[in-house]
Amino acid sequence: MRLEPRAHTSMAMTILVPVGAAALALMSCSVLILWAGASPFLALTLLVKGSLGSVFALSETLTRTIPLIFTGLAAAVAFRAKLWNIGAEGQFYLGACAATWLGTGAIDLPPPLLIPLLFAAGAIAGGLWLLGPTLLKTRLAVDEVVTTLLLNFVVLLFVNWLVFGPWKDPMAMGWPQAEPVVDAALLPPLVAKTRLHGGLLIAVFAAVLFWVVMKYTTWGYEIRAVGNNQAGATFAGIPIDRVVIRTALLSGGIAGCAGVSELLGVKGYLTLDLSPGFGYSGIVVAMLAGLHPLGVLLSALFIAALSIGADSMSRALNISNYIADIATAISLLAVLAGMMLTRYRIRFR
Amino acid sequence: MDLLLILFETGFWAATVRMATPLLFGTLGELICERAGVLNLGIEGIMAAGCMAGWTWVYFGGDLWTGVLFAAFVGACFGLLHAIFTVHLGLSQHVTGLGITMLGAALSSFVFRMLLPNITTPPKIIPFAPVKIPVLSDIPVVGEILFRQSPMTMLALVAVVAVAYVLKKTPAGLALCMTGENPSAVESQGLSVFAIRTTAVVIGSAFMAVGGAFLTLSAFDAFYIGMVNGRGWICIALVVFASWNPGKALVGTLIFAAFDALQMRVQQQTAVALPYQFYLMMPYIFSIVALIVMSRRSAYPKALLVPFRKGER
Repeated sequence: MRLEPRAHTSMAMTILVPVGAAALALMSCSVLILWAGASPFLALTLLVKGSLGSVFALSETLTRTIPLIFTGLAAAVAFRAKLWNIGAEGQFYLGACAATWLGTGAIDLPPPLLIPLLFAAGAIAGGLWLLGPTLLKTRLAVDEVVTTLLLNFVVLLFVNWLVFGPWKDPMAMGWPQAEPVVDAALLPPLVAKTRLHGGLLIAVFAAVLFWVVMKYTTWGYEIRAVGNNQAGATFAGIPIDRVVIRTALLSGGIAGCAGVSELLGVKGYLTLDLSPGFGYSGIVVAMLAGLHPLGVLLSALFIAALSIGADSMSRALNISNYIADIATAISLLAVLAGMMLTRYRIRFR
Repeated sequence: MDLLLILFETGFWAATVRMATPLLFGTLGELICERAGVLNLGIEGIMAAGCMAGWTWVYFGGDLWTGVLFAAFVGACFGLLHAIFTVHLGLSQHVTGLGITMLGAALSSFVFRMLLPNITTPPKIIPFAPVKIPVLSDIPVVGEILFRQSPMTMLALVAVVAVAYVLKKTPAGLALCMTGENPSAVESQGLSVFAIRTTAVVIGSAFMAVGGAFLTLSAFDAFYIGMVNGRGWICIALVVFASWNPGKALVGTLIFAAFDALQMRVQQQTAVALPYQFYLMMPYIFSIVALIVMSRRSAYPKALLVPFRKGER
């Protein structure tokens, strides 16, 4: 068996690969569902119903899509420049921390000013947190995969300290959570009687903005150049380190926004379960999207539907909802293998 | 003052060796993979899988040593999957590894929940008891620190010597290290880079899983979801700290575990100096500092992260 590079990749292939990967993930999960003693067909029906089948289900799925768009963009822009930011989880929480710090009464502004300010604060917190590992990478050649990963644990312990210690809300009846943000900071609901909030518009806007930046601006061109061919980029006079740092600020910043949006849109107060691993699922979202900012919108919706659907399916059939995480992981591996098929053809001799 | 006294307690050093054990297995496993040129970020998930597999085996009536073997087998299977992706298909080692980690962690939680539904407190097994090695365990100080440990800890210490010997003194080990430096040269010797790398990743992953199994079969007696808790990532940092050298890996894990054991003692002894969360942060911060200190001096295997394709340059 050997691999031969393809001369060009067809459009159909580019779209078929992520769709095929998603299908493969669902199929391999049916094996586990069979093992658990349920019918895979029924499980799939329940999964679709539970994620898209009613106004409530759809609103829950869209609510879950919002943070995934942000963290998906964070991974997509960083991976484009081959900056392996695996720390979106930590940046998410620091964004939420910054918004809690300023949003619980420290600043008195009307919503149209306060909300953007809190997003900016969250973005700065997330961006600066990624700046550390990035400078270590550019200056001292310290691998950023390990440092960003390890820093996630540091942030979680920091938040743990905050919500059990200095920021603990005395009115929360002993629950470890920070004080709620002021009403003016809350993102308005989009649909009455659901949790779907205005963060969706911000997330979609961010995706479009990232797409424009990546495709039509010098910044985007430089990011892609650094990721595709460092030697070539150096030769073209692109300041590699500066581009990588800029990418880090963008990536960490948008991951910080994810935390702000969850805080202001869903919970209203900082807790330790604000994110069930949105930072890590963002990596899957970005890979399924082929690192394309607009593709992130669709793949975030898919991963969100998967987890919301699996939640309700697992309740109905008494199957552990870790099945959603398994499907997510398999779709990541499948899309990775599939992407190779778009670039190479396999020849058997 | 108290701090210095702790360092003279044999109990402290015995705890250090015990806490170093899972990291030692993990670090050796990662080291074997990386020496062959493959970064295995699946380690965190593979350790979780080993943790769960070993425990489940024993819980359902298997004995402890076959539990360790079963964990190693499960780890090897994940390693094979990793190798198919990164070695044979030449896909991104970063993304594959993260995928394997997600899969390993999710699968072990899922299987645990499905096998033991409706439990509130995790059930327990009877883990490895410390064994006294005759004669050696009677040596003062050293005997207590090294020769009254869990048999898995002793296995880890033997593994360091074995891995060091194989990598440095045997043709197979030299070929493995060469594969991480200059795969084309290996191929021109008539050896298969694919076969060597696959073997390395499979064996390395088995080591990682055994490290995970130590947690449930020796350190504790129950399985908790999220039990590995970043130990795998710390191993990756330790490999860099050890400059890809098994002997230094032993030193590195011992230093690391000593700091970890020390922070626990300090946390217990001093009266509210720092919130406990800050003590818990220390292992992660130590790893990052270790990476920074060593990164300049470390000589990466030259072909690390570079997929090998026959006839392509």
